[in-house]
Amino acid sequence: MIPARFDYVAPTTVDEAVRALADAGEDGKVIAGGQSLLPVLRMRLAAPTKLVDIGRIPELRAIREDGDAIVIGAMATHYEVQRDPLVREHAALITAATDTVADPQVRHRGTFGGSIAHADPAGDLLAPALAMDAEMVVAGMDGRRTVPAAEYFVDFFTTAMTPAELLVEVRLPKYTGWRAHYEKFNRVAQSWSMVAVAAMVRTDGGTIAEARIGLTNMASVPVRARAVEDALVGQAATAENIKAAAANAANGTSPTSDGNADGEYRSHLARVLTGRALTAAIG
Amino acid sequence: MRITVGVDGTRYTDDVEPRMLLVHYLRERLGKTGTVVGCDTSNCGACTVHLDGHSVKSCSVLAVQADGSEVTTIEGLARDGRMHPVQQAFRDNHALQCGFCTPGMIMQAIDLLADDPDPDDNAVRHGLEGNLCRCTGYQNIVRAVRDAASKMAPGAGPAAEQVAEPTLDPASRSSDADISAPAPSHTGGGS
Repeated sequence: MIPARFDYVAPTTVDEAVRALADAGEDGKVIAGGQSLLPVLRMRLAAPTKLVDIGRIPELRAIREDGDAIVIGAMATHYEVQRDPLVREHAALITAATDTVADPQVRHRGTFGGSIAHADPAGDLLAPALAMDAEMVVAGMDGRRTVPAAEYFVDFFTTAMTPAELLVEVRLPKYTGWRAHYEKFNRVAQSWSMVAVAAMVRTDGGTIAEARIGLTNMASVPVRARAVEDALVGQAATAENIKAAAANAANGTSPTSDGNADGEYRSHLARVLTGRALTAAIG
Repeated sequence: MRITVGVDGTRYTDDVEPRMLLVHYLRERLGKTGTVVGCDTSNCGACTVHLDGHSVKSCSVLAVQADGSEVTTIEGLARDGRMHPVQQAFRDNHALQCGFCTPGMIMQAIDLLADDPDPDDNAVRHGLEGNLCRCTGYQNIVRAVRDAASKMAPGAGPAAEQVAEPTLDPASRSSDADISAPAPSHTGGGS
């Protein structure tokens, strides 16, 4: 299948890209790695009239340390993120989740920022970003603004960005020394998560001092499992305590039913996978 | 839009529509039909090629995105009439039946071995998770990749490069030549 016709520009700076998006208006679309967008264009589920390719903007590829944060450029590929020692050391949850994204070929092209901006509720990087209180740096004609993860994801495939804005980078607070695990449940290799759990904990001796848990595909946006987090803090890191806390994982969620799983099953998965994720994280 | 792309060692400059997919550029403009279109939904991996040294699904890359890049396809692997060790290992281990997935499998296997020169069965299966085969059940594909790994290993020696007769020579395509081809000297760790 061949996409519908579109105009194509490949700016080399963020300012040029933002101007191109503003010119294109509602019919413009950013293409990063294209691993979600190109299948959509081929199936003609969308037909933007102008593609702004941000793959030739060197600034967007960098992964760097900035004080208390690790900053991942929007065009850093999953492959680059997976292998980045800074991310592994300070944002291990991102490494763990990225390892599970699609397949090697897709990870070579697909980007961290593209996944975040695409905001597919089954995408694997949204829940980790939410659990870590990531901040999205967004560029528009009026300059740059920072949107906290909790406000960034608005609905299915919908973010707080306007069509004329571009995700430039994601700032992740450092969680050095935290232990993390991403537990994904899917039916066959390379398929999307039915449900997945992004968990990270800081232990102090044998006690859980802090816990942060994000759920993938339990709503139209990623959600925090606050009830589990609250139940864990101050508890000994035992199998019984983890199991008891994980039983709260679906509290307050209303997951959708679709061809892959109904809502009740998703709730069951959230509880089971949260237990597995915590057990694996704590080791 | 004008693009310049290196494909299998040759530079090409062409005007393409922005919507042209890399796989269509390779097949329809350059005649490189060794790279096939399988599912057309980026699941099957049959169209896998290397773009600047990394495997990609060429049905999910625009030709204009490859401007200025180097592409290697299955057609660019043979040297002087000899197959690449991974190609040879697929042949030796009967790692194909209908053969449609084979170009993508081989390109991805080469990428996998670049990252992990000595993968165990599990690592091979994970490394090939983006490639679907509907014939073989994957057993012989895993065997072939591990066979290739052992032949490409440092210290495997020049003998490892001496894989079969020059099998791209049309004369060797007869069934007699196939039968008389030397048996693989190493069956790999997969068995």
